Amino acid sequence: RDATRGQTHPCPPAEERLPRVATLGKGDPMGTARGRGAGPPGGTRAGMAAPLVLVVLAAVTVRAALYRSSLAVFIAERVEVASPLNAWKRVVEGLALLDLGVSPYSGAIFHETPLIIYLFHFLIEYAELVFMITDVLTAVALYLAIQDFNKVVFKKQKLLIELDKYAPDVAELIQTPMEMHYIPLKVALFYLLNPYTVMSCVAKSTCAINNSVIAFFILATIKGSAFLSAVFLALATYQSLYPLTLFAPALLYLLQRQFIPIKLKSKSFWLYTMQYASLYLCSLVVIICLSFFLLNSWDFIPSVYGFILSVPDLTPNIGLFWYFFAEMFEHFSLFFVCVFQINVFFYTIPLAIKLKEHPMFFMFVQLAIISIFKSYPTLGDVALYMAFLPVWSHLYRFLRNIFILSCVLIFCSFLFPVLWHLWIYAGSANSNFYYAITLTFNIGQILLISDYFYAFLRREYYLTHGLHLTRQDGTEAMLVLK
Amino acid sequence: MAALLLLLLLAAAGPGPGRADAERERRDALQEELLLSPLPTGDVAATFQFRTRWDADLQRGSVSHYRLFPKALGRLVAALGVRELHLALTQGFWRTRYWGQPPLQAPAGAELWVWFQPTVTDVDKAWKELSNILSGIFCASLNFIDSTNTVIPTASFKPLGLANGTDHHLLRYAVLPREVVCTENLTPWKKLLPCGSKAGLAVLLKAERLFHSSYHSQAVHIRPICRDASCLAVSWELRQTLTVVFDFFSSGQGKKDWSLFKMFSRTLTDSCPLASQSKVYVDISPKNKSFPQEKELLEVSPPPTSVHEAVVQGDKKTYAVYDLLSPSLFNTSRSLNVQLKWKRPQDSSEMPIPTLHAQRYVGGYGLQTGEICTLIYNTHPYRAFPVILLETVPWYLRLYVHTLTIITKGKENKPSYIHYQPAQDRRRPHLLEMLIQLPANSVTKITIQFERALLKWTEYPPDPNHGFYVGSSVLSALVPSVTAMKDMDVEQSPLFTSLFPSSDGSSYFVRLYTEPLLVNLPTPDFSMPYNVICLTCTVVAVCYGSFYNLLTRTFHVEEPSRGGLAKRLANVIRKFRGVPPL
Repeated sequence: RDATRGQTHPCPPAEERLPRVATLGKGDPMGTARGRGAGPPGGTRAGMAAPLVLVVLAAVTVRAALYRSSLAVFIAERVEVASPLNAWKRVVEGLALLDLGVSPYSGAIFHETPLIIYLFHFLIEYAELVFMITDVLTAVALYLAIQDFNKVVFKKQKLLIELDKYAPDVAELIQTPMEMHYIPLKVALFYLLNPYTVMSCVAKSTCAINNSVIAFFILATIKGSAFLSAVFLALATYQSLYPLTLFAPALLYLLQRQFIPIKLKSKSFWLYTMQYASLYLCSLVVIICLSFFLLNSWDFIPSVYGFILSVPDLTPNIGLFWYFFAEMFEHFSLFFVCVFQINVFFYTIPLAIKLKEHPMFFMFVQLAIISIFKSYPTLGDVALYMAFLPVWSHLYRFLRNIFILSCVLIFCSFLFPVLWHLWIYAGSANSNFYYAITLTFNIGQILLISDYFYAFLRREYYLTHGLHLTRQDGTEAMLVLK
Repeated sequence: MAALLLLLLLAAAGPGPGRADAERERRDALQEELLLSPLPTGDVAATFQFRTRWDADLQRGSVSHYRLFPKALGRLVAALGVRELHLALTQGFWRTRYWGQPPLQAPAGAELWVWFQPTVTDVDKAWKELSNILSGIFCASLNFIDSTNTVIPTASFKPLGLANGTDHHLLRYAVLPREVVCTENLTPWKKLLPCGSKAGLAVLLKAERLFHSSYHSQAVHIRPICRDASCLAVSWELRQTLTVVFDFFSSGQGKKDWSLFKMFSRTLTDSCPLASQSKVYVDISPKNKSFPQEKELLEVSPPPTSVHEAVVQGDKKTYAVYDLLSPSLFNTSRSLNVQLKWKRPQDSSEMPIPTLHAQRYVGGYGLQTGEICTLIYNTHPYRAFPVILLETVPWYLRLYVHTLTIITKGKENKPSYIHYQPAQDRRRPHLLEMLIQLPANSVTKITIQFERALLKWTEYPPDPNHGFYVGSSVLSALVPSVTAMKDMDVEQSPLFTSLFPSSDGSSYFVRLYTEPLLVNLPTPDFSMPYNVICLTCTVVAVCYGSFYNLLTRTFHVEEPSRGGLAKRLANVIRKFRGVPPL
């Protein structure tokens, strides 16, 4: 488990290429890479631009076609993509209230932040364009971020190989530049052409904007810009509160990038943490004050954050909250609201300890946890963390239930509208049917994430201990969690 | 008899104890009247009005001696700083389109609107207290009036009595459309009458008959009025009204001839001895205005004391009047049983359509969204007039005001005034007030979309799949009249004309209520709160469990197993036996 500790040491000059790669033995993946003359992954940026443009064009075409089709109205009404927090109908309602001279926050309909009002006050006519551009920007930001991240992974891997930290027989676990080359493109593709994102975009759910802010936050973090990272994190927190938990992975990543050892006794660690935290808090305060001056009232605080935390609107969605609180006994309600809300924040610190060397994976797991346990989740949130799945494609061989889980998620996605129709329109089913499918969908997500987590830990173990483990008596050993 | 004795005693005691008391006593008066009007459809509406007027200021100084004015209400007005109080309890719906404009309409269920004095500091507290007290007085569920069904209209409800300043923050309005009105509400209402139901017109109020009807509405209106023309002092007026519509076709006789006995199974024998005026009006105006010679369509017996002509709600009306106080009436027979016969069958195709009427319904299908549609008709041939529409929608129907469309004659009709207060979950309802211009001879369609909320399981009423009621919307308008009205002396005119102030001769005030709506909401399964709690918590636990495993444990190479259960058990036994283990 100590194998990756080395990367906190200063990096040797990158030009010094793989002198000890031969020690890896027969696999020699880096050798092939060198043979093809491709440096670190993503180095041929110009070569990748064309497919990216193609993906973007395809995505925009699909969206534009759907906007023009009769499906657009149907999709916009779907509870799976439009939660009370980010439905487009409610944004329009908020603007209409503002036009009537009523504060949009005086009612229980509008729960967007003032910045969204300000944005769409000017852009309401171009909403479709805004949402398409937002999606494209998210994809491009993720693309650039993952490109950069892959370079870092490559360097780190190379360094560890040089330092001989890997077990000798793990060559087939090493990510080759060949594999890594298409990952950023796949990420963009997964985000842009994921049906969840497309539906979310066609429904004009403002979730797309939150995703975009988070994507830019990830980009800034990976590029190492603490200031921009803090600003975007503050913006994401301001938009939907839960990205607050992404503070930990971002801080870990930046620390790692600065080669600051993560030790609680280290002064530089605390200095940097304080610096990042204060940047974050300052930008949060600035944004909130700015919002105050936009409408000249604090009404948005209870109406946005109070609404997120206390879950008063029980409109069905894909999450766990709505039916639970519809069926909850009144005097336990507050207790269970706290129990359910704490889930998002609860895993952050243990994950930070366990994954302190792998902040990007931590970020991915945390995003998934947010999308499972937030009070008004939509498919747009699911799409964001699913875009990261290609980044972990090297874990594929260690995933245990990926086929079953993909089937569960796909079938649930189809069953959502079916059971909704049976309950709400046909009247031949009741709320339990839809509830059951949300439960299954969430179990699927939870198992998927824990499967990825398991695979990640297992690969890390193999990297340090060797792929072919033997028992003391020489027979092939099984690996167990203890 | 007892009442007469009491009166005699009072009269004897009058000059004795004090002059002031006697004078005050003389200054209160009771007027009672019954208006019988045959409706265009062949039904009959009977409207009772009992007006108690007291020349004393309830608010100022301690009034301790009550005579005609009910003490319960008088003390309520004084204690809570009520300036005006209007309470109506209604069963059924007044079908304006077929029955014409009512003298006083009320929405189905309970309606309460109150103006408070400007001296009241905490209006909400006073309102809460008032609705609870009224709930006790009238045995109605008015205690269910809380912030989720109370609104503060800005334009629809003006004070009807004497008022200086109309700060609408002193007004509260609430409707309980689910309220069922029955005998237990009628009995306390009757008890407020000075003669009870012992004498006068009130003997006709027999619950058994009143609730066997298509429409029943009883109301209490308290308001301050000018004592005299100079308006230097205030008098208080209590009006108790009761409107009932009898449906003669359903009673199986098939004939439209009717009498007091047929309707109430009672006849009038005397007037209330405390009343200073006691009259029965029968509407005998010709139905067809174009043929005034057909006046003699109806035959009334016995012959009326007099005939009164008045312009009521833009229509010239003729009334046969029976004055119960005139001694000649009870000379010939012991009792008065007003009868009315049609001389020849009435053709129902010639039904007059009221100038303003409205209808409302819920559109859409499924339990996710819906649409409230209101159709407002202006049938006036050449005059346009504005109407104020007040819509109160409970919070669990989430209105989207941006979907509000008002279409008249195929064109968008922009309201000249709009006041919208969005609902807050579990705290206050939506309030939408609009001033809409209705062009002559037009239909205006108002639609607004809503979304149905899923409530907590404890928030559903019993029988949740019956649906939720949405109170009637209120239309208030000054309708231009076809016939010019003369300015009448309010004190002299029949009571049913004088509650709403008429602004001038060319128009009259109308307040209409549309149908209440019944809307279905999606329901959770009420039988399985435990199951849901268990299942959802299991999912959370699955997440916790798998993460806990991955976070706290590390990978290890599997040690050679210590054998199965059987081997271990065998070893335990061997240990006891002192034999080396397997």
